[in-house]
Amino acid sequence: MAIDTLQQDASGKLRHFLTIEGLSRSLLSEILNLAESFLTVDEQHVKKVPLLRGKTIANLFFESSTRTRTTFELAAKRLSADVLNINIQTSATSKGESLLDMLHNLEAMHCDMFIVRHADSGAAHFIARHVAPHVSVINAGDGSHAHPTQGMLDMFTIRRHKGADFNRLRVAIIGDVMHSRVARSQIHALNILGVGELRVIAPKTLVPAAAHALGVHVYHDMARGLADVDVVIMLRLQRERMRGALIPSGSEYFQLYGLNEEMLGLAKADAIVMHPGPINRGIEMDSAVADGKQSVILEQVSNGIAVRMAVMAMCLGRAAEGESA
Amino acid sequence: MTAHINIEQTLNDMRDRLRELLALRGIEQPCMVGIHTGGLWIARRLHKQLSIDEPLGALNISFYRDDFSRIGMHPQVKPSNLPFDVEGRHIILVDDVLYTGRTIRAALNILFDYGRPTSVILATLVDRGGRELPIQADVVGQHMNLTTAQQVKLSGPTNLALTVHTDGD
Repeated sequence: MAIDTLQQDASGKLRHFLTIEGLSRSLLSEILNLAESFLTVDEQHVKKVPLLRGKTIANLFFESSTRTRTTFELAAKRLSADVLNINIQTSATSKGESLLDMLHNLEAMHCDMFIVRHADSGAAHFIARHVAPHVSVINAGDGSHAHPTQGMLDMFTIRRHKGADFNRLRVAIIGDVMHSRVARSQIHALNILGVGELRVIAPKTLVPAAAHALGVHVYHDMARGLADVDVVIMLRLQRERMRGALIPSGSEYFQLYGLNEEMLGLAKADAIVMHPGPINRGIEMDSAVADGKQSVILEQVSNGIAVRMAVMAMCLGRAAEGESA
Repeated sequence: MTAHINIEQTLNDMRDRLRELLALRGIEQPCMVGIHTGGLWIARRLHKQLSIDEPLGALNISFYRDDFSRIGMHPQVKPSNLPFDVEGRHIILVDDVLYTGRTIRAALNILFDYGRPTSVILATLVDRGGRELPIQADVVGQHMNLTTAQQVKLSGPTNLALTVHTDGD
């Protein structure tokens, strides 16, 4: 497989983490294995390792997000990095400063990594193309394109519950696939890891035209799509990204595509239920399911810290040019 | 070159000296921790021979290395696992080879991030000299006088053997 020269250096090591698409199975496994080791940091009295001491990481969130920003911040702090949270709404871009001017100013303050969340697809790639060679960029969600750390933390959660052999698994992704960068990252990751069967369950208006090309089986009927699946991934209805009437109403959507206990009963008895958050209770799923014993939603949040630690350590821990380990 | 060291005999000597040291200090319920990977092999043997009640702990120092920014992240990192509370305990820390002392410095840092042990005893199979930090072992299986061009490596885990390798060989 050709190495993505923007994301990976000549030896295949991660330089930026922008998208899962195009990465190898062994690289994804490396991220998951490293995340497994970082989970033990939670058991320490001092929940910190000194790996990134002296590094500065800037959170650049052009689009608001509490959970993702917080878990990135925690991940950076557990690695002993210094963290800058730039509040974009109140910062210079609203005074007319260009994005690149702001980035170069942050570089002049010796930042080593930018965590970027932006409403436009491709924003993180754009920034990665323009930063100084020593700076790494992690995509924390760009438009409806990609959210690779979310995709990896979902793979990590699945692996911890179902084992490393994805070939045995039948996974269903349910809901607003059209607008979901999370779904895109999950689909790429599941395909790279060799998932047995991947289904998408959604109304016709919320399935992208190219879904079949991504190797998924599309279902419009919830009951048929859920039959015998091992993993149920619910997506958030992204009403802020919808233009026009793609769904009739929240309650009608719930009637057809909401997950309640009865529907979940159609999946395998030991199926796990995931959701990237924040949950619209009563629209995507019942509280009984969200808080039920098959739900791993809060574990996803904890796992997100370990996975983000792994990606940060790998990007900033590339061997310097010409030196061997 | 295989070093002519009887490892079984060396381990027995280390066990006896650890017993003496524990008795001298009045330590009755020690915990043992081995450093990945070779130190853990040695610790497994000593842990059994000393009939220590607490399960054996394992430390991975990869996240505490002082050369991370120079040589980067090791792709295969096994998790640390301390199956007991470090706070207030007497810890026997075990490694295979004591050289610069940097590994032990990192291992002590990790231990203290888990809690405050009452005491730490260091036991190593080999002390090859060449210290760069003020760290010494309490129990040493074998002293070896090696040059900086020489490396000593423990292979295992089933048949433990030491080999000395000279750069350029």
